[in-house]
Amino acid sequence: MGRGTKQKTERSATFSRWRQPNERLLLAGLRSCAWLVALAVVLIFLFLLYFSLPALRPESLKTLLNWHWRPYGGEFGILPMVVGSLLLAVSALALAYPLGIALCLFIHGLGPRILRRPLRLILHLMTGVPTVVYGFIAAFLLVPMLRQAFHGSGFSWLAASLTLSLLILPTIVLMLNSQFEPLRARLETSFVALGYSPEQALLQGILPLARQGLLAAAVLGFGRAIGDTLISLMLAGNAPLVPEAPLDSLRTLTAHIALVLATDAQSSTYQSLFVCGTILFGVSLLVNLSLRRLTRSILAPESPT
Amino acid sequence: MTRRFNCALFCAMLLVLSLTFSAWGTGLDAFSSLTGKIDIAGGTAHIPVMKEAAKQIMKANPAIRITVAGGGSGVGVQKVGEGLVDIGNTGRSLSPEEIEKYGLQSFPFAIDGVAAIVHPSNPVTGLSSEQIQAIFAGTITNWQELGGPDQPINLYTRDEASGTREVFWKKLLQKGSIAERANVVASNGAMKVAISQDPAAIGYMSIGHLDEIVKGIEVDGAAPTQDNAINGSYKIVRKLYMNTKGEPSPLVKAFIDYICGPEGTPLISAAGYIPLQ
Repeated sequence: MGRGTKQKTERSATFSRWRQPNERLLLAGLRSCAWLVALAVVLIFLFLLYFSLPALRPESLKTLLNWHWRPYGGEFGILPMVVGSLLLAVSALALAYPLGIALCLFIHGLGPRILRRPLRLILHLMTGVPTVVYGFIAAFLLVPMLRQAFHGSGFSWLAASLTLSLLILPTIVLMLNSQFEPLRARLETSFVALGYSPEQALLQGILPLARQGLLAAAVLGFGRAIGDTLISLMLAGNAPLVPEAPLDSLRTLTAHIALVLATDAQSSTYQSLFVCGTILFGVSLLVNLSLRRLTRSILAPESPT
Repeated sequence: MTRRFNCALFCAMLLVLSLTFSAWGTGLDAFSSLTGKIDIAGGTAHIPVMKEAAKQIMKANPAIRITVAGGGSGVGVQKVGEGLVDIGNTGRSLSPEEIEKYGLQSFPFAIDGVAAIVHPSNPVTGLSSEQIQAIFAGTITNWQELGGPDQPINLYTRDEASGTREVFWKKLLQKGSIAERANVVASNGAMKVAISQDPAAIGYMSIGHLDEIVKGIEVDGAAPTQDNAINGSYKIVRKLYMNTKGEPSPLVKAFIDYICGPEGTPLISAAGYIPLQ
């Protein structure tokens, strides 16, 4: 044992001797990388703002904040798309979130032990499936089913939100899981000592303690849902209208940008896209900032009370 | 192991096939003294013609590299205007603003028709242009009104950047409105897939993309075929353009001449378009 310790100290001594002159360089390199990334984000924002300026003058703003997208008639209303993005993200979250919590509880002890590992594996695999695969499968399976079951074309809010909920489900479960695991490791013995059954510990102990994780999972799921382009582009039908029923077609901001991007770059149609981009940027900034705030307070060591 | 071998064998066969098929081609002499690179981007309808021409030219003269990308008509204008590519393709004529801003030159080389399409099971075979206008405006909403089954009509249209949409809207809809509730798809291919799956659908796409999985309908008695587009009885047609910034370089000029010349004719016909001679 003595020899082992000696070796260890020697090794760490050489390691730090080798490291010290380089460490500052390494640190400087990492720091400049961080600044570069931060600068890129700021520049993107300034770029978006600069290009949306022509569309932000009062008279053109009036045509933008309008409920009709008729570019040939001089109306560039993006409000249906803003509402469409929010509706789709919220509905997908409403579908995926309860299911996500249930799945996480299932993995952490409510379900039969034999299913936990395969379930976790499947969820991990799901994060790696490209979005376009979900969109493609849904376009060929889900959309015809909806068309036959109800009327209409099948390309609808419902089709997109079902598929999108599947896409954000693993994000939600894995975020929750990352909160549940340390909590359980820390508190399991306490709960046993208190005489809780495993189910009681999970539902009445861990779940309430993970409330910030619950919130963070919702925010992350929402961010993922509102940023997605392909699912809505392929499945939502893209009619620039506010849907009145789940089977109506809708268009999200992201799909709108994808559809209109190839238009004549000198037109006001094109310029209106930068406003859409700025709105999306703002939303994702908001999502990220609130997520940061939430996860920071989670990671801070809680005082044992 | 066997699988890998099979795969290699398949590739080898493909290579041999493609070599035998492209062995002929005589108008390639113009390229013999030229070297360099041509980058092409823009309209998606142009891609099959561009790719085939590029293949022939690069085979005849390995010192020339030609790349072909899509993106749509709008992207074609932007990229060639900013000098990012040598040829920007459009499925529409350029706007005066675009010509003025970038100093572009257009070279039309083919005519493409746009057909109104329905599901093959749809009993409706022909419509008047007034009927089609009413369908897309949203005033006729059921196939029953047109002699079809009692089913609501599902409308499909293209995005505003589409050259196909522009010609359909100008020449057939007479710049009439398209109902806002119409589904919007992003390409000719996506349109074909959507219509082929939906028995109650109506949409429109380039004649070059027509095949048996969708049905092109007669407009005012004229079927959407190449022949009818040539003899003028089918009126919903557009030109396909290649655009360059200013005068093209000798190599780019040779490429444009090749597409527009007699060697380009079979390539354009094979892609389903009508050569512009």
